[in-house]
Amino acid sequence: MIGLLASILDGVLVGAVYGLAAMGITLIWGVMDVVNLTHGAMIVAGMFGLSLLVNAAGVPAYAALLPVMIAGFFAGIALYWIAVHRMIGQPPLMSLLSTFSANLVLIGLGTAVWGTVLFNVPLSLPGFSIGRYTFPGTHLMAAALTAVIAGALYLFLYRTRTGKAVRAVSGNREAAELVGIPTTRILALAFGLGVALACVSGALIATMFPFTVLSGDAYQLKSFVVTVLGGLGNPTGALVAGIALGLVEGLATPFMPVSWTLVIEFVLFVVVLIALPGGLMSLRIRRRRN
Amino acid sequence: MSLSLLRRPFFWIIGLAILLFASAPLGSNVELRESLMLAAVYITLASNLNMMLGYAGYVNFGSIVFFGLGGYFCIFLMNSSGWALVPAMLAGGLAVSLLALLFGLGILRLRGVLFALSTIGVNEAVMAFVNNFEPWGGATGIYLSTDLFRPLGGPAQALWTVYYLLVAVMGLSLYLSYFVKNSKFGLGLLAIGQNEDAATVLGVPAPLYKALAYSASAFLPAVAGGLYFFKGAFIQPLDAFDLQLSTEAIVITMLGGQGTIFGPALGAYLYEELRGWLLTSPTFSSFQLVIAGALLLAIVLFAPGGLMGLFYRRWPRLRRFLE
Repeated sequence: MIGLLASILDGVLVGAVYGLAAMGITLIWGVMDVVNLTHGAMIVAGMFGLSLLVNAAGVPAYAALLPVMIAGFFAGIALYWIAVHRMIGQPPLMSLLSTFSANLVLIGLGTAVWGTVLFNVPLSLPGFSIGRYTFPGTHLMAAALTAVIAGALYLFLYRTRTGKAVRAVSGNREAAELVGIPTTRILALAFGLGVALACVSGALIATMFPFTVLSGDAYQLKSFVVTVLGGLGNPTGALVAGIALGLVEGLATPFMPVSWTLVIEFVLFVVVLIALPGGLMSLRIRRRRN
Repeated sequence: MSLSLLRRPFFWIIGLAILLFASAPLGSNVELRESLMLAAVYITLASNLNMMLGYAGYVNFGSIVFFGLGGYFCIFLMNSSGWALVPAMLAGGLAVSLLALLFGLGILRLRGVLFALSTIGVNEAVMAFVNNFEPWGGATGIYLSTDLFRPLGGPAQALWTVYYLLVAVMGLSLYLSYFVKNSKFGLGLLAIGQNEDAATVLGVPAPLYKALAYSASAFLPAVAGGLYFFKGAFIQPLDAFDLQLSTEAIVITMLGGQGTIFGPALGAYLYEELRGWLLTSPTFSSFQLVIAGALLLAIVLFAPGGLMGLFYRRWPRLRRFLE
């Protein structure tokens, strides 16, 4: 019983990081109606960025997070101008294909450089024990940092002028343009932020688990599950849904092989899309309306 | 389907293409046969994908699921139940088509991006499922005993049978694309691709049509998968659900021209040439994916109509012969 509880709690810690990754997708989706299929590649880029800084340059892992995030931000802005800008306002098919092809290029380059062998970032952090069960220190630290980053994002979106502009563009791009908001610059900024979130969550995942160049696909799928669970374009919902997904994973792991989790998550994805298109948060809103 | 479709030049152009494949001066040229066989697989995958991508405007990122599952059904039926190749591959095709219909009906309420996202998940989920599914050998897969080649006259002869069957599947794919495009069903799909709301208002049962197109585009790739993995006498999840092949199918369709019938075939031929060149080039052999991605990005950004779009603009009269 305590074992199950520990597994659930650990799932929640990891799930917070899934939530952070999904915030990157949901931010871009909400602001410009583009599904960023380079998300998985960017998570992997964050993993390898961290691994390079730690293993080659000897930077302490948690100090390397900030440079990874900043590099992700600028990579995202570059990506916006290369692959996304011309697709704004076009049918979803086109932006899906353009980000998909950018993803191919990135993953292809990664595979050519690093191959598909397993990497990891050596880190030792004292864990936290309850009886026989120990929560890894890296998991606790990752969840704590997720809370910090999510809080910073919240402050940015709700307490700064630029953040307000991002929300305005998300609400109605034409009206935002009319009141003098430089929408194109805001779109590029939002894309950069989304990619920065993907990179930093990738780096956090790299502190917890080993990874390969191809790990991105599974984490991207998790991000999609979390995104629809949290409601599209809703960053707070994404964080809550990430924790919920982690809880489900934690609940499932003691009972079945790990490789089944992806199947369960996909089934969850389809069921949520069909039964609850507004995500978990829509339940609360519905109740408030009644 | 009216008889006038049989009198159009394009009907005969398809026939000619099949004849070229079937009568190619192969002799004992195994290398050429392998290359043509791969081209036939590419054409099959791309023209079936095109029914979703080009006609209905829906990206199916997981078209390889059909191919891989078809292969699994076929190999499993042959290995465990002793079925012959042709019934096993047809049964595989039907089973996959039925599964696709059920899944399509399940997700038919999803539109646009969400539909596309669920097709990405299908591949991951099916692969994870097969990896854990013991009757199909789990992660190690299924090996076919070479005895199964005996009814076809031994391994060497069997490869020729597989080749001709694959060419037939390719031809059927092209004809299926042709007949669907010129049917009421195809018109409905094209209308969905233009504007789903308007199409629904005009009475196109969009959800049902999408599910049907998804299912119809599953049958022939599944049959091709059966043949492909029978040829190798071995199937495992990593090969069967190799995302690279569904990626290539998308690149091919977009390169040739989405929505056209000749486009995917042309794209498949050109891509196969490019691939052969890349594989032998010492500098680029490890950058195949990068180049495919860059090619796709360039097409999406600068020529979304693909090669056929460019040709049509340059020579409008081509429309009379090619579709």
